[in-house]
Order: sequence, then C-alpha cells, then structure tokens
Amino acid sequence: MKRVQFEHSPIPYLFVAPQLLIIAIFFLWPAGQAVYQSFMLEDAFGLSSQFVWFRNYSDTIFNSSWLHAAWFTAIFSTLVTLLSLGFALLLAVKANEVIRGASTYKTLLMWAYAIAPPVAGLMGNLMFNPLIGDLYHFMNSFGYDFDHKLHEVDAGFVVILISVWKQVSVNFIFFLSGLQGIPKSVTEAATMDCKSPTRRFWTITFPLLAPTTFFLMVTNITYAFFETFGIIDTTTQGAPGGATTTLVYKVFQDGFRGADIGGSSAQSVVLMLVVLVLTVIQFRFIERKVHY
Amino acid sequence: MKLLKKLAVGAVTSMSLMASAAYAQVEIQWWHAMGGHLGEVVEEIAAKYNASQSEYVLVPTYKGGYEDTMTAGIAAFRAKQQPNIIQIFDAGAATIINAKGAIVPVADLLEKYAGGFDSTDYIEGVRYFYADSDGKMIGMPFNSSTPLLYYNKDIFAKVGLDGPPATWEEMEAMAPKLKDAGYQALAQSHSPWIFAENFMSRHNLQLATANNGYDSTDVKILYNNPELRMHWTKVKEWLDKGWYGYYGRGWGDNQDAFVQQKVAMWLGSSGSFGGLTKSAEFKFGAAYLPYWKSIVDEPTSTFIGGAALFAMAGKSEEENKGVADFLKFLTKPEIQYLWHRETGYVPITNAAYEMAKADGYYDSTPDAEIGILQLTQKSGEWTKGYRLGFYVQIREVMYKNFEDILSGKASVDDAFAAIEKDGNALLARFHDTYK
Repeated sequence: MKRVQFEHSPIPYLFVAPQLLIIAIFFLWPAGQAVYQSFMLEDAFGLSSQFVWFRNYSDTIFNSSWLHAAWFTAIFSTLVTLLSLGFALLLAVKANEVIRGASTYKTLLMWAYAIAPPVAGLMGNLMFNPLIGDLYHFMNSFGYDFDHKLHEVDAGFVVILISVWKQVSVNFIFFLSGLQGIPKSVTEAATMDCKSPTRRFWTITFPLLAPTTFFLMVTNITYAFFETFGIIDTTTQGAPGGATTTLVYKVFQDGFRGADIGGSSAQSVVLMLVVLVLTVIQFRFIERKVHY
Repeated sequence: MKLLKKLAVGAVTSMSLMASAAYAQVEIQWWHAMGGHLGEVVEEIAAKYNASQSEYVLVPTYKGGYEDTMTAGIAAFRAKQQPNIIQIFDAGAATIINAKGAIVPVADLLEKYAGGFDSTDYIEGVRYFYADSDGKMIGMPFNSSTPLLYYNKDIFAKVGLDGPPATWEEMEAMAPKLKDAGYQALAQSHSPWIFAENFMSRHNLQLATANNGYDSTDVKILYNNPELRMHWTKVKEWLDKGWYGYYGRGWGDNQDAFVQQKVAMWLGSSGSFGGLTKSAEFKFGAAYLPYWKSIVDEPTSTFIGGAALFAMAGKSEEENKGVADFLKFLTKPEIQYLWHRETGYVPITNAAYEMAKADGYYDSTPDAEIGILQLTQKSGEWTKGYRLGFYVQIREVMYKNFEDILSGKASVDDAFAAIEKDGNALLARFHDTYK
C-alpha cells in the first residue's frame, strides 16, 4: 500500500472527522465496553459489579464447549469460504462463455443474492424438516441414515450447504464482473499461444482475477464468521450437542440468552483478537501475492 | 441530520401531546412474550382491564420469545427505561430475583396497595415456584403450565390399547404393539423441562442443594443421580428400539410428529391443549405425566412451567399502585377462567378453579382439567420448584449432553458427570456474580 503524507494542516483532519466519529461511536466505544465488561463480574441488571481480572476469560474460554466452538468455526469458515468461492468461480467462468440466453443464466444465478441469511436458514430448515423436508427424504433415500438432529456431521453439512448456497450468488456477481474486466486482447493473445483452456485459465485468467479473489476471500471469511449467525439460529441453533455452535453464536447464547455479560464480553474480546490476527495474516502474507 | 432532529423533536412533542390528551391517566407498561393466539388473549385481558377502570391505562407490548423479553427488560433497566411489568420465564427467575433492587415483590405491592395478599388463595402447585425461601410471592405466576402426556385415541383404538400409560413400565409394554403397527410410541418437547426437572418433582427427588436453590445461590446441582441416569439409559434404549422419536430441540417439530400421527404419544405442556384441538385431525386425550413404578409407588405433583409477571423497581408510587391494581384484576376468578379456557394454561387461584368446575367446563372438556389435577396431586418435599442461576445455560448443557446420549457420542454416566461439572461451574459463577 502506498502511504500519502499530508502537510500539517487541520483541514484533512476535518475531512476525516465524520468517519472517525462514526468509528469511535459504533466501533471503539462498544469495543471498549466489551473489554471493560470482560474484566468485571456484573449482574445482568447492572446493580452490582466487581473487578475479577481474568476470571471471565478462564471460565469461558478454557472449557470444552468454547474450544469445540472454536474448532467448528475454523472448519466451518474454511469450508464455507473455499466452497462458495470455488462454485461461484466455476459458475462465473461457465456463464461468461455462454452466448445464447446469457442474461437469463446470469439473472438466475444472481437470484439468491437478495436473500437475507435468516430467510435462507428458514428455507433450508423446511427442506431438511424430518417430517416434510424434501432434501431430508432425498438424503435418506440412499440408504444412509441422515439425521441432522442427532448426527454432528449431518448437522454441519446442513449449515454449510445453506451458507454456501446463500453466498455463491454474491461471489458469482463479483467473479463475473472480474472476468468481464479482463481485456479481450489478453485472452486472444493467450489463445494463440496456448491450446489448453485449463492451462490458459490457471496461467492468465486466474492471476488476473486475483484482486477480486482476494477481496472475496476477506469478505467471505467475515461472512462465515459473523453473518452465518442468522442461518445457524434458524436451523440447528448450535445443536446437536453444540456441534454447530460458532464462536459468534456462543457469544449470543451466553450473553443474550443467558444474561452472562462478563463471560460473553470475554468471548467477544477473544473473537475480536482472532479476527484481527486473521486480517493481519491476510494482508501481510496473501495480499503480497496479489498483483493489481 | 437536521431533518432527523426535526423529525425526532416532532415525534416527541406529538407523543407527549397525545399522552397529556389521555385524561392524565397513568400509563402501565407490560412487556410480555405471548405471541400468536396467546398474544391476542393478552390484548383482550388488557382491553378488559382498561374498560373496567379509568385511572390507569395498561399498555401490553409483545417483545418476542421468553429470552428476548428478558434481554429487552435487562437492556431497558440498564437504560432506566424499564416497563412496570415484565414477564419472565421459569429459567430466568433466578436472574431477576437475585439482582438486588431490580424488582418489587408482588406480595408487597398487593399488601400495600390492593388491600392485602393471601398466598393460600393460590392453588398449591403454583404458590411457591416464584416465591422466596420464606414462601413470600415475588413474581405473580401468569401462564402456568405443566407437562402432560397426550395420546392419539384413534391409534390406540386401532392397535387395541385401552388407555394411556400411567407409568413408564406400562409405556414400555405398549410400545412394541405401536411399533408393529408402524408408529413410534413416544416423542416429547423440551427434554430438560420434562425429562429432568419434572422427573425430579414427579418422583420427589431433590434437584439441588440449599433447598432446591431457594435458600442460597451457593448451590450444587443434583441431576447426577441413579434414578435420572436409569431414566436416560431407558430413553436411549427406546430410541434404539424405534419406540422413541427425537425430532430435535424445537418444541413444534416434536409436536408436529404427533399431529402428523408419526408418534402415538407426545409429552407436551398442559398449555398445548388449545393448539392441539385446532391442529390435530384425530381424537386425542390428555393424561398425567408417567412415572417409574420402580422408583415410587405413588407419584408426586409436577412443577409449573411457563412464566410469571414481575413488577420492576424504580417506578413511581402512582404507577406501582396501578401495577397492584392490575394484578388484583388479573387474579379475579372470571379473568383467570377466561385465560384458562382460551389458552389451556392452568387457573392460578382456587376461586377460579372452582368457578370453572361450577361452570361445567370440565364436564364438557375433561382433558382441560388434567393439568390442574396433576399440579394438585400429593406434594412432596421437593415439588415446590427450584431456583437456579444461569439456568438458561444449564438447560443448554443438558440439551447438549442429552443429545450426546441419544447420538451415542457419550455414555449416560459420562453425560451426567458432564452435566454435574458444567452445571456446578455455572452455578458457582452465578453465586460469585450475585452474592
């Protein structure tokens, strides 16, 4: 990233002031509150509180359910990100090659973009309902005893499937516009030099899509970490046995459902640190390989 | 920004104008968690109350589910915007009662402003659940239900079974017949409530130390006992034999299995009666929650579930007077009878129960009486209720471990050891927070 040095004049600060104010009010202040609360044991109604050092952290982080949630979050985010990027890229490349009825394909593939995660979750929940769900019966029709109400892997499959389905169309739009931004002259020159379309894709197209892919990777990880909350809440609610509980969902369960403010604050501080480290890694190590 | 400010100022002025135009009546805010048909009955009761007097205006507001309502109340209290009355469910009772200064006991309010309070007016099964360890009523039981067994009379007749099982032993004898006819015998909604809490009360077993948690927040949970472990060993056996259907944690998902006649018996709430009458396309009956003959010869009464109304602190005397006035209205026999008839929740006063009996309601609808009869069965030392902190999380721990038992991931012994360990850790944390 290039750094621009301003002269020492107050005007630039004035220009960024509104943005800084928004950050301060909507990010720094609540984050500060979370850090403060994470060191306090306070009753839900705020009538008594005491400073307890790291008690909230040791109570809530070092127990099996949090560690399991961390583990699930890692697997879940990786799979959701890779699968939704992979499918979207495949669909975008194929849709880009279609000549007849192209806009119909594209519109249909973008269809799901406007669906909010909780709505996607509700629809998925209906499709996987053990009594009336078509997908549930379809999964069971192969002789495999599919039961996402009791089997961890099946429950994971359900939330990942819905999360990926919801995200593919967003990624598709970006990949498609990325593909259309590649100059014709480059692809034509490549066609003359190389016969294999697969090789052309990996040596020319994919590197040129790298900025789009990097951007989507960052947003998809954020999506998998935070926005899938709505999907989990409307489908498995973290069940069975906490198997599909992500870190964000656990913060919600303990803080909003269970009125444990200190414990959920400690968890959100840790979550904040995890995301911070992830972001640094992404920009430090992966972005270096991206050519704009 | 300017436009927004103008709009806000405008809204505030018009609202205050409206308020002052309301003949200077005192407004009483009531936040509740009753959606759908239940919400309509709440509105009806509020309308009746407002029509009955001119001093106060009761404004009921639906705040979502039980947890949502409690969270909304907590946030509002912290912002000093709390309602006068809030509906808090059984698992949240410890949180609001132990926060010193969040609420005013309803017994005190009624004593002071409504001409006295006598706890013996209330039926025995509901009298103590929301009371303190001396028996003083802190929250007013509102929607009180208790777990019951519902059975499909058509299926029972088809298979040749006479009536519902009174004990789990009888249920086990019926299950193979039902299975042969293509039905699962049993499903249930809310396993922590029915297969843990009420299991303890049904067999008169102690649930937690310190008088089931009423005497202190310094408590240990007693779920890890041989009787409950035996029960869950059986439940897992039933599941493996195809006698028991697990349709997830969702209340409705398990009820649907009964409504769609996949399972012949379903354990739900006495409050489910009204809904079943509308949705079930078959004859069904209600019966007492079964018990293990091998544990007790005669079962004891169950706990009430549901929620209670709490009067929040920090309100003017005038408003508190209104709260007391409304609570007095709410416990009138005719209002309780209306609530009972419309929703299936039990009437909380003896007078209301007598009124329903005198009216012949149970002659025409005998199943509607089962819940209240069960609540007035023989009481025992451990049937009045329990008061445990962070109980929402403890129920989550139970759900987790029960699911681990059912999926075969954990043995019954390991699961109950985990419930004990995690439950006690949560209770210790609650004790340190609220001491």
